[in-house]
Amino acid sequence: MSDLIWLIPLLPLIGFVINGLGQQVLSKSLVGFIGSATVFISFVLSCTVFATIYEARSMGQARVITQHIFEWIKLGNLDISLSFLVDPLSAIMLLIVTGIGFLIHIYSIGYMHSDAGFAKFFAYLNLFIFFMLLLVLGSNYLVMFIGWEGVGLCSYLLIGFWYKNSAYAAAAKKAFVMNRIGDLGFLLAVFFILGTFGSLEFSTVFQSAKNFPVGDVTIITITLLLFVAATGKSAQIPLFTWLPDAMAGPTPVSALIHAATMVTAGIYMIARSNILFVLSPLTMQIIAIIGVCTALLAAAVALTQNDIKKVLAYSTVSQLGYMFLGLGVGAFTGAFFHVLTHAFFKALLFLGAGSVIHGMSNEQDMRKMGGLKKALPVTFATMLIGTIAISGIPPFSGFFSKDEILAHAFAAHPLFWVLGFIGALMTAFYMFRLIYLTFFGEFRGTDEQKHHVHESPKSMTFPLIVLAILSVLGGILNLPEVLGGNAWLANFLSPVFADGASLQHVHTVEHSTEYMLMAVSVVGVLIMAFVAYNRYVKQAHIPQDDQVVRTGFAKLSYHKFYVDELYDQLIVKPINWLSVFFARVVDGLGIDGLVNGIGKSSWAAGKGIRLLQSGNVGFYLLLMVVGVIAIFIYGLLSF
Amino acid sequence: METAIQQLQGVPINHYLIFCSVIFAIGVIGVLIRRNVIIMMMSIELMLNAVNLLLAAFSVQHGDASGQVFVFFIMALAAAEVAVGLAIIIMVYRNTKSVDIESLHKLRW
Repeated sequence: MSDLIWLIPLLPLIGFVINGLGQQVLSKSLVGFIGSATVFISFVLSCTVFATIYEARSMGQARVITQHIFEWIKLGNLDISLSFLVDPLSAIMLLIVTGIGFLIHIYSIGYMHSDAGFAKFFAYLNLFIFFMLLLVLGSNYLVMFIGWEGVGLCSYLLIGFWYKNSAYAAAAKKAFVMNRIGDLGFLLAVFFILGTFGSLEFSTVFQSAKNFPVGDVTIITITLLLFVAATGKSAQIPLFTWLPDAMAGPTPVSALIHAATMVTAGIYMIARSNILFVLSPLTMQIIAIIGVCTALLAAAVALTQNDIKKVLAYSTVSQLGYMFLGLGVGAFTGAFFHVLTHAFFKALLFLGAGSVIHGMSNEQDMRKMGGLKKALPVTFATMLIGTIAISGIPPFSGFFSKDEILAHAFAAHPLFWVLGFIGALMTAFYMFRLIYLTFFGEFRGTDEQKHHVHESPKSMTFPLIVLAILSVLGGILNLPEVLGGNAWLANFLSPVFADGASLQHVHTVEHSTEYMLMAVSVVGVLIMAFVAYNRYVKQAHIPQDDQVVRTGFAKLSYHKFYVDELYDQLIVKPINWLSVFFARVVDGLGIDGLVNGIGKSSWAAGKGIRLLQSGNVGFYLLLMVVGVIAIFIYGLLSF
Repeated sequence: METAIQQLQGVPINHYLIFCSVIFAIGVIGVLIRRNVIIMMMSIELMLNAVNLLLAAFSVQHGDASGQVFVFFIMALAAAEVAVGLAIIIMVYRNTKSVDIESLHKLRW
């Protein structure tokens, strides 16, 4: 079955073509069927491919399947082909992308059922799956880059899906531009890699990278550029502000692209290139610092947001920060484990939020919700599971992945752990705040909403239930030894990270320390959940109106630390000013002046010189004689 | 013949140069200050003749015949030029009833 790898990305592409071309013709049920079925078949194929890898791994072999599709660029020594690579890392990513992608397709059938652009939406979703699979499957940096660009494009198309709303279109544009900055980093890194190693093929690059010394300047440059790319796609400081705005897109998009798959592409790419990063300790340091800063900043902003999707968006940014912290301290497995569990529970939370929004007739403000527990029982139960998972309360999945990262962070530097722990406390607080504001207390919406509010259809609750089960059980995948597990995921992925691991000093902590760290974080998280309960349920505290002037930290947090405003002042305004300057002064006066000046001066010259042509033959002859005399004098003088 | 050449060679070349310069200058001035086209053409002939004479003089001086060959070319050229020039002058005269060079002003832009 493993020779059918090429079908995995091809099927969603076919779905895209059919739905895209037939959007006026096909019925909604057919569109939904085609869109979901293609992804489902891909999922089944991915499962078989995964099974092959799994079989080999359980026998202790490092099985890697490569499939050569066609020769793409062949120039001299340069030889780039479109080829696919399946190893343990991409096998798991395949399952995430197609599996969660399939669930979200199913969900979208219910969520988008009354939207005019139903077929267009499914076409875009399928195109996204295609590009994401290309990104994951590519066996060289160029194929990865195509996928990388493609998912960015689809993200743009889907954020601006309701493009008639100009704010949404602006959000799409913002995401596109910010991603483009990161993509420039990727492109430069690709050129550097090609120049340094003479190939873009992962196997060749990683093999020859081993011969480089640790801290080599070229490697540092390449990894820094790759990290710039990752900050763009995975919404890290300083390129994170697009992700919260990206919530303008339909909720399934937020779940699929902006929580589960595309935004983790940066982590996937760094994990894939782990050998390069291990060779550059400086980059690793930067990644860890940026990661923990992003985790803290985004969590701090999420504390006071009132839009249910914005809270989740900042939460995503924050969780991605954790993943980068993991990568930065060399816990590649831990970071990837968090990618996996985060994909489950964040997709779940977003879909749950979508279900709430659907039930509330497109209300996104948590201040106008409340008391939805009874009206939306399935959504409530699943979202509560997601919240417990993301907060890191055992035995749900988020606990294991987050604590693995935090344990490694502690080993690298205790300060990382402290900051990560503070972030975890905030995570617990804002997530429970979301739950309490939405599902507890009195209903605060309009009467109309109150009558209308209803549980979502089966097509929407089914994915919620599946994802909730995964969120509960996901942690088992990498149960650490300290808790009696066998770290299955770490063993499964070990061939991918073997080269990197062999080169880096592995930080480990004593089991007793690990127990203590876990205990501290669990207790802290439970306290935060209780604090949130006290504030939002017992005291029935409702966040204030937008007009109320906030003070101190609440003001900073509510206004997102003014990062957007800062960028506006630092980047947008100077660029606008510079553009105006170039348009008015350089172009208007300089270039226009030059071009018009040439025309005007030759016109003026003609006007002046034509007066010399009097028609007076005697005058001409005089000039001729004067000229001849002048030439003679010149001839005499030059001898 | 022999004596004629010797006599001619007896005249210093400077005399020829000065004489020809004077004739040439007269021609130039004639072209510049006269209004009558016929006289202007005659002045041109004067300049040509000054040059021809100089060519012949140098030719004798150096004992080289090519200078005199040039003289014949110039004479042929002058004849052709005069033929064309006269034709033009006749056309101008038909139109303007005058051979005054000022009447050619109309040809300007």
